[in-house]
Amino acid sequence: MDVEILARVQFAFTVMFHYIYPPLSIGLGMVLVIMEAIWLKTGNVLYHNMARYWTRVFALTFAIGVASGIVLEFEFGTNWATYSRFVGDVFGSALAAEGIFAFFLESGFLAILLFGWNKVGPRLHFFSTCMVCFGAHFSAIWIVVANSWMQTPAGDHLETVVDGQPVRLPPGHVVTEADLGTVRAVIDDFWAMVFNPSSIDRLTHVILGAWMAGAFLVVSIAAFYLLRNRHLDFARASMKVGLSFGAVATILQMVSGDFTAKGVVENQPIKLAAIEGVYETESRTPMTLFGWVDEKSRTVHGPQIPGLLSFLAWNNANKPVVGLNDLPPDDFLRKQHPDATDAELAALRPSYWPRVNAVFQFYHIMIIIGVALLVLILTALFFWWKGWLFRTDWAPTRWLLAALVLSVLGPQIANQTGWFTAEMGRQPWIVYELLRTSEALSKVVRAEEILFSLILFFLIYALLFVLFLFLLTRKIQHGPEDAEATHEMPESWRAWIRADDRLPRAE
Amino acid sequence: MSLEVIWFILVGVLLTGYAVLDGFDLGVGALHLFVKKDEDRRMLLNAIGPVWDGNEVWLVTGGGALFAAFPEAYATVFSGFYIPFMLLLVSLIFRAVAIEFRSKEPWKWWRTMWDIAFACGSIVSALLIGVAMGNIVRGIPLDADHEFAGTFVGLLNPYALTMGVTTVALFAMHGAIYIVMKTEGELQQKVRRWVPTLIGVFIACYSIFNLYTFIDVPRIVDLVRERSYIFLVAALGILVVLNIPREFSRGREFNAFLCSCLGMALMMATFGLSYFPNIVYSSPNPENSLTIANAASTPKTLGIMLVIATIGVPVVFAYTASIYYIFRGKTKLTSHSY
Repeated sequence: MDVEILARVQFAFTVMFHYIYPPLSIGLGMVLVIMEAIWLKTGNVLYHNMARYWTRVFALTFAIGVASGIVLEFEFGTNWATYSRFVGDVFGSALAAEGIFAFFLESGFLAILLFGWNKVGPRLHFFSTCMVCFGAHFSAIWIVVANSWMQTPAGDHLETVVDGQPVRLPPGHVVTEADLGTVRAVIDDFWAMVFNPSSIDRLTHVILGAWMAGAFLVVSIAAFYLLRNRHLDFARASMKVGLSFGAVATILQMVSGDFTAKGVVENQPIKLAAIEGVYETESRTPMTLFGWVDEKSRTVHGPQIPGLLSFLAWNNANKPVVGLNDLPPDDFLRKQHPDATDAELAALRPSYWPRVNAVFQFYHIMIIIGVALLVLILTALFFWWKGWLFRTDWAPTRWLLAALVLSVLGPQIANQTGWFTAEMGRQPWIVYELLRTSEALSKVVRAEEILFSLILFFLIYALLFVLFLFLLTRKIQHGPEDAEATHEMPESWRAWIRADDRLPRAE
Repeated sequence: MSLEVIWFILVGVLLTGYAVLDGFDLGVGALHLFVKKDEDRRMLLNAIGPVWDGNEVWLVTGGGALFAAFPEAYATVFSGFYIPFMLLLVSLIFRAVAIEFRSKEPWKWWRTMWDIAFACGSIVSALLIGVAMGNIVRGIPLDADHEFAGTFVGLLNPYALTMGVTTVALFAMHGAIYIVMKTEGELQQKVRRWVPTLIGVFIACYSIFNLYTFIDVPRIVDLVRERSYIFLVAALGILVVLNIPREFSRGREFNAFLCSCLGMALMMATFGLSYFPNIVYSSPNPENSLTIANAASTPKTLGIMLVIATIGVPVVFAYTASIYYIFRGKTKLTSHSY
């Protein structure tokens, strides 16, 4: 196997595993802030116990998130050294900002969040919880800014070195094999880089996805207790917090999804055409609800709604969405291949496309899950409004709760497939229309070395994932009361630090 | 002072912060298996419990700052040290997860498994950090494109391994002093008895390492002759290290710990001063070295990051200090817990 495939598989695998956890930290961080705020406001001990219970789940996800996150930072250098040389001037500053502003904030105040229940007063503890939550959001900001710059570069220019002097390259220059090692992206305007055309849309989309992951985890565990008739007060209160928060996040996510897709129409038309499997440019472009793309015959199969894609893209059902057969446009191709004939250009065109069917499928899975979650949560809100939600002896309620138990998987799958759409849809570029993925690798790393590390990570992550599920399940089985029952069985080494008796216990 | 010089210093400060802070975490891990009782092992984990996470962030931020300020050096070192760095990542993962998972279940085999993971992860991490550092000091082969031209086996040269062992000894000493500071009673007495030996082992390793440097890396000797202030800093570092046993024997663990921190900072300063302006020294072809001139980002980026650091770093120092203050004093495992 070649270095490119292995390096891509390794990055995809390690980032997929990592991305199970940060959305939970971000989403649960918000949940903790809400629960502690209610506790401070009302003095209701139930919310205090809830916050403590969810803190434990938070700690579990946080630890694996941190450990698997360092891997990614290292991989930029180890597997993608040419990329690092090329983007260091632009990408590095966002990464450094992430470390200084976000990670220190998060990990520092985490100490108080986890171990400080009886070391500091409730207000300072609440402040620390807010800081951890804030830090988690901040870390999302900087990494999504950096990734968005890779999707829609802005605020930079390319620079090469001639006779030891930096020379500015004209806009539209694409890095070629010969440029590697001398040409790099250089920052012009930091804020233009930060607020590049896709940053805000994608950041909103990512954070709402993370909120959904946290909210549905809470909803799922609460629904499980309700079905089992256990910890009912805790479950009802958690369900209410989770549902309210989840409903806000899910509804906003639909709006955000629309903005994000319109941004893709504008900035990355090839990605949009691949997402929907559009080859021919035609007015009243239809939207395919589900199906598959036959890449050989360049056709898409599945039920379609005429004009819907045009309407969603342009707010005009008649305006055509440009298809892949016209992308990238001729002038772009001619610039890259000045000597090619028209027939040769047409033959070269597909080499600028991503894997259309894969992108199509990932995108449609995300959309279908998103809509399903919206329907589910609206149904749950309706049940709540009607007073049916906690009637656990009634069959429709039980069915709804069972669906809510499973709903925890929804945001996770949608988050993963969403990222697949974004990243695979950008191919063959690593930095859109500037640097190709195939040219971004480390020159000195051999395929065997990557294979070795890939197998290593695969084994370790498989083990960690199983253990994570095992410990999470045990924690759910134990239930929230266990939090106070530490004198019978040690639940965690944290129990000892927490149980400092100098201050009266909060409850 | 140019921006490149400032960032050379700042990356150094971040990596020194990592060595000083995560140093005692890794050191505690290295000694973990020598403590037998379950309760004592929990004490060790609790002693670093609230802070290890934040300490590890210094590595992440140090790496990020290197990426941003000197992308060429970041790319060369990280791709060149592929296998050692992958092993370092694996060790750090196991260590982190072991701390989190260990006491979640009461079974003996479960705890023993994670104890071993924690100890091995800590020792291997310290060793690999030392080996990487040793190679950087000695110089690694680079080609004209500044790409690493050596091999994995070449990285395991005796000089780098000496540095690796020295690092493990240093962290173990540092960690042991930290344990004595954070514990009391029987466990404290037990670890207290280890400290003189650990100090002795470290000083022996450090002497061998320095002698080896004189033999194997003559360039450094020439540099010290040229830049006589290096000699002063190094001598100060040695005096501070020699002060550790003095403070310790008088029962002033906190001072001993401060000396240990300061000693590490001075060692890093000695290294930085004798290495400047190189970031990755190339040996044998010194003309291929990466320096602050040919590895740095543009002044614009360095300036932006300086603004970020000027705002961020004081805040980081302030709340890191408050958190250490909040968790000051002896670690407690109260009776009603078990």
